[in-house]
Amino acid sequence: MNLFRKIAFSAAVLGFMAAGTADAASKIVMDGSTTVGPIAKSFASYFTKTTGVQVTVSESGSGNGAKSLINKTCDIANLSREMKDKEIAAAKSKGVNPVEHIVALDGLAVVVHPSNRVQKLSKAQIRDIYTGKVTNWNQVGGPSAPIVKIQRESNSGTQDSFVSLVMGKDNPVSKRAETQASNGAVKNRVASTPGAIGFIGLGFVDDSVKPLKVDGVEPDERTVRNGTYPISRPLFMYTNGQPTGVVKQFIDLKNTAEGKRMISELGFVNR
Amino acid sequence: MKTEQACSGNDTEINSIVMSEDVRKESGRSGAFVVSAGKRKIQKFARTVGESTLLLIASFVAIVVFFIFYFVAVDAIPYFQLRGFAEFFTSTDWYPADDPGKFGALAIIYGSLMVTLGSTLLAVPMGVSAAICLSDILPFSVRQYAKPVIEMLAAIPSVAFGFFALVIFAPLLQTQGGPILMWAWWVLAAPFLLLAIIVISDLLTANMEDQNKRQMMSTTLLVVFGAAALGFLYWVGSVLRQIEIMSGTNALNVSIILSFMALPTIVSVSEDALQAVGRELREGSYALGSTRAETIVRTVLPAASSGILAAVILGIMRALGETMVVWMASGNSSHIPEPWFNYLEAVRTLTATIAGDMGEADQVTGSERYHVLFAMGLFLLVISFFSNLVSERIVVRQRKILSGQ
Repeated sequence: MNLFRKIAFSAAVLGFMAAGTADAASKIVMDGSTTVGPIAKSFASYFTKTTGVQVTVSESGSGNGAKSLINKTCDIANLSREMKDKEIAAAKSKGVNPVEHIVALDGLAVVVHPSNRVQKLSKAQIRDIYTGKVTNWNQVGGPSAPIVKIQRESNSGTQDSFVSLVMGKDNPVSKRAETQASNGAVKNRVASTPGAIGFIGLGFVDDSVKPLKVDGVEPDERTVRNGTYPISRPLFMYTNGQPTGVVKQFIDLKNTAEGKRMISELGFVNR
Repeated sequence: MKTEQACSGNDTEINSIVMSEDVRKESGRSGAFVVSAGKRKIQKFARTVGESTLLLIASFVAIVVFFIFYFVAVDAIPYFQLRGFAEFFTSTDWYPADDPGKFGALAIIYGSLMVTLGSTLLAVPMGVSAAICLSDILPFSVRQYAKPVIEMLAAIPSVAFGFFALVIFAPLLQTQGGPILMWAWWVLAAPFLLLAIIVISDLLTANMEDQNKRQMMSTTLLVVFGAAALGFLYWVGSVLRQIEIMSGTNALNVSIILSFMALPTIVSVSEDALQAVGRELREGSYALGSTRAETIVRTVLPAASSGILAAVILGIMRALGETMVVWMASGNSSHIPEPWFNYLEAVRTLTATIAGDMGEADQVTGSERYHVLFAMGLFLLVISFFSNLVSERIVVRQRKILSGQ
């Protein structure tokens, strides 16, 4: 009797698993940027709750997201940058037609210790600080104290954006710049180090650090949305061809009131 | 057949009875532990099974080591095939995300060595002194409580150490850096200078014949040297006090925290080595008229030196391999400090680089970037492998010397 019950139970489990695989059409697989990750994850849990469709989100970086889309192993690729021409060409050659959707906007706040009397920097000044050309705060209108530069790991999307939006290709970040692993860690170091400068996503800024005006523009939701704040970027989701069915429903979440609420709650800016 | 078996069974039973009687005669105890042939067969079988199981487990551990070497090497070698050795070992340009990437690991290797050296310099004197204190000075009842407490330090997870280093110790170094350095200098240097002065003045006056004159001379020397040392201590201390630490996440911070992490290993293993020296040597030394200090320095320490060395190597390995603390608190800037001994600058270590860069370094997008991390892993493995080998050799040689061969 006991054995019989066991067999019946395993058969039932197998049956469920089979049902799960048979239902693959109503499942969404996402892969890509760690920056877009929080949006994708909160969209996913909301989507699963309301429609019952399973959504899996992997955060392996923008480059991997693009690769997954090209290899057709994901339905939606999250990228914190535009797809490169090389990647689009590779996609076309495999019969994949990447279509971009801008989910949200993200601004990078350049932050210093609250006691620092510097209020604003130009993009060129920030670049000079990070290349190591400017090493003391008194060269940019601050007190006489060495500058402690803090950057992110090389695999960070935030670091990517900072390098492409501020540094440019020919100005590598100084080797002396300290490296921290997350937005929170950078904020923590800046908050506890009087001479520090760092950059973090707009959503992470709070009273413990002071965001600087860049080129005279205060970083906030409004300036990021209207494009006047110079260090901001759109965040993308890419699909293979125009999305249909549940994927379209998922992408369209960004235009709903609930989607907008989630985006701004996470500290990103609605388009 | 059956009868034969029964017969032979009987035979052995008789034998065993005879044997048991022999045993009983010899030992004067009961022969109950002498077993029958059948049971002995089972015992033999059980022994074979037990031994082969143990052998299997032991060889599994060895095979794991081999496989780790193999798989790390398999992924590391493609890097050297792609980029050669020169850049990795001679360049300090570490820009793995660039296109094309730059993979100069010299500064990172240097950072690893610097942090390891710093923590060793701090942990070894402290650890060995603590071990001497535990084994030769504290009474047994105190040691029974003190040693487990020190060993408890090893049970603290490294991320807790890292969190402490980043959130508490780093800001403390920034605000109170100078005074902390000055106090550390006094606490560490004063006892050593005191010892050195006593030894030097003792040695300088050792040849004097006249007892009174010698006493006078050594006292004067003590006072003169003592004043000089005090001045030196004060001067260096006041220089250190002026230092302002700009960023608390630096090589010094990490070295100090790592030395605490290496301490329990060093204390525990070298205390065991000191214990293993045994009563006979100590009592022999006392019998020859040595004081306790002379016994410790001239007899116990040399006899335990191989064990202490093993402890030191284990401690160094702990510091070299530690990842979480250095990743959180070393500042992670891949450059060689200027000047080269400046412990107040941020450094980056091999372990932290592997941990930090693993995320996006997949084998598809940037093949070199992926393999370079394995190259670093292999380099670390090779370093620890060789230092283990060297320490093993030293221990063996030391043992030979001590046993008089």
